[in-house]
Amino acid sequence: MVFTEPKEAFPGSIYDITFGAERTVTFGGENSLAFHGFEGAAPHHPVIAFEVQDSLPDDWPPAVHDVYAGVSGDPAAWAQFCQNELKAQAIALRLLSTHPDRADRSAADAARTVADVLAAVSVPLIILGSNHVEKDAEVLVAAAEAAKGRKCIIGKAQEKNYRTITAAAMANDHLLIALSELDINLCKQLNILITQMGYARERIIIDPMCSALGYGLDYTWSVMERIRLAALAQNDAVMQQPMLADVGMYVWKTKEAQAPEAELPRWGSLKQRGIAWEVITAGSMLLAGAELLIMRHPEAVASIEQFIGELSVTEAG
Amino acid sequence: MALSGVQIFKLLPKTNCKKCGHPTCLAFAMKLAQRQASVDACPDMSDESRRMLGAAAEPPIKTVTFGAGPHVCTMGEETVLYRHEKKFVRPTVIAVRIADNQPDTDIHTALADVLDSEIDRIGQKLRIDAILLDYVSGNPARYQQVLETVIAHAPDVPKILSVQDADVAETALRSAGAKKPLLHGVTIGNFEAMAQVALKHSVPAGVIAQGLDAVAQLTGKVKELGVSELVIDSGARTAGAVLRDNTLARRAAIKKNFKALGYPVITFAGRDDAMLETLVAMTGIAKYSSIVVLSSAEQWRDLALFTYRQNIYTDPQVPMQVEQKIYTVGEPTPESPVIVTTNFSLTYFIVAGEIENCRVPAWLAVMDCEGMSVLTAWAAGKFTPAKIAQFIQESGLPEQLTKKELIIPGYLAILSGALEEKLPGWTITVGPREANALPAFLKNRTQQEMQSKP
Repeated sequence: MVFTEPKEAFPGSIYDITFGAERTVTFGGENSLAFHGFEGAAPHHPVIAFEVQDSLPDDWPPAVHDVYAGVSGDPAAWAQFCQNELKAQAIALRLLSTHPDRADRSAADAARTVADVLAAVSVPLIILGSNHVEKDAEVLVAAAEAAKGRKCIIGKAQEKNYRTITAAAMANDHLLIALSELDINLCKQLNILITQMGYARERIIIDPMCSALGYGLDYTWSVMERIRLAALAQNDAVMQQPMLADVGMYVWKTKEAQAPEAELPRWGSLKQRGIAWEVITAGSMLLAGAELLIMRHPEAVASIEQFIGELSVTEAG
Repeated sequence: MALSGVQIFKLLPKTNCKKCGHPTCLAFAMKLAQRQASVDACPDMSDESRRMLGAAAEPPIKTVTFGAGPHVCTMGEETVLYRHEKKFVRPTVIAVRIADNQPDTDIHTALADVLDSEIDRIGQKLRIDAILLDYVSGNPARYQQVLETVIAHAPDVPKILSVQDADVAETALRSAGAKKPLLHGVTIGNFEAMAQVALKHSVPAGVIAQGLDAVAQLTGKVKELGVSELVIDSGARTAGAVLRDNTLARRAAIKKNFKALGYPVITFAGRDDAMLETLVAMTGIAKYSSIVVLSSAEQWRDLALFTYRQNIYTDPQVPMQVEQKIYTVGEPTPESPVIVTTNFSLTYFIVAGEIENCRVPAWLAVMDCEGMSVLTAWAAGKFTPAKIAQFIQESGLPEQLTKKELIIPGYLAILSGALEEKLPGWTITVGPREANALPAFLKNRTQQEMQSKP
């Protein structure tokens, strides 16, 4: 039988996003499904940002915390370490200590942290709140002002706080992460609400909510696939933004990434298990369509970079 | 490609005779389209129609099995490209490669690892499904010797014989043929001889060629010789090549009804770098491989890949459920807190994970709500004060407790009054709304208790 390759061309395409000031990176821009370079254009590789926190990450398990021993108490030093030693393409600063259940640090404190980190690194920065709806609205406004001129990505804007955060992104020329919880309709609705405020839809990054391997990864996978098909096949202009997978925070709190070998000898090496958990979660999100990843373990990042390189060469042989 | 109900209706006698048990031919056609009825139920259909409907009823990816007994591997039968359309039905077979030029000690270690690979996850027993025995020594006697060892130690594990020499295959199948191994080794250079061997021993065959076009040519030739159970290998070894070839083959089979590629795919993930191998295997599981062959059974990787396969192959339309019972997190005492939630597996995993992380031992009472999340179950009348009270009272938990305090999800604070009435003697405490606030909640609570004690 004569075989004709059933290649597909889609009417829609994904916006590309460039962020950063002194140094910039660009992701998105493709007009085909993830790594389908054999039938479409994929001008940019996905980007991986190393996660940095504004306070000692005492809930990170040793397997990943140890990598940052010596710098993890100082966000600027930590970010610098990621940029200089680990060759990070981008940094994601999570202002976790502003959460009322943690240190409840003020928006002004957060702004100072942002300024310190920006002074320490030249790679592009993602600025994340603590995922407390009310507090994030305060913190991210101050952070956005402190980062004016650096064209950062800020977030996450959610249905209950998008107005203030969107306004802050708009006023200070930043890009915006829109977070909805595993629901394609809520994702679309939030994008519409944000653009109705006059914010350009080409400047949004979709976060459909990540989950870890074994803990709902199948939901994120299918929501991402559906969002991407809506963007490409149905040419839905409201859904044509690149997608974020906030991988590390979900992976490193799972039992599989933490349980010692002595406790669960049948689960094998803890070190490789933790890295594998982050690697499979991240790799899977890439195949489902994510273009921006936030990760924690440098060895996992290195493997994912190799994987991206390999996926980007799709011709056989 | 599957026919629609209306297309099928046009092929039926249109007499509405009811002999098939359906009120009209159209109703019967609709059932056929949904694969809920058999073509044979209609006695009056023309032979031509019967042939056309029979061909259309064949799954676009052929069913192929290998192995025998309880652990037989069944592959194929997939009908979609994306799991949100319809469940992926035949979970990827995960196999481990053993080469006959490895030292005996390594072979024994590999066999032991495979036999000891079983892990229980959410009530499913998962294990390395098959062993691929690769003929690379060039010494037929050595291959046979290793095969006998593998058969002796792992008689029930389905086998894939990776052999391109028809004589070696024939000898091997005399010992192993009864348990229906997959004979992986049909190439353009040996297909006539190999097809004969496969036919003689009634085993499925793996077809190897470089690129999908060459594979399609070769499956056509082998099928003409009478071997119909085939598995295909296009030579894709990198993640990018696997994604490309698997996507194009699955699309051709499902969307174009291209039969020459409508077979299960075997993917060799083996790489020097263990994480890269893990990622290639992951790509195969996510993207349509029916068999993924690993270079070794590593416990950490087995756990990760089994879990991943479970994620991809769950039914996206049926909520994943966990069993209704009282789960223990840590080692709870009669004074530990009791937290109640529903049996939606995601809810369970997240709640259990958060409690586990804060290292406060607790009883987690998981109630059967047909796999719904807390708010959905409440809205559907399945997570009501009366039902929660009954569940707690019949759980056997009250007898084990000295302190009867029930922590309920924060979103259902309004239930606390009614629950107090239905559970006399219990204190009802409203917990946080989101699971991620549980650690802080439980830690505060424990600290307060410590302080209140004299």
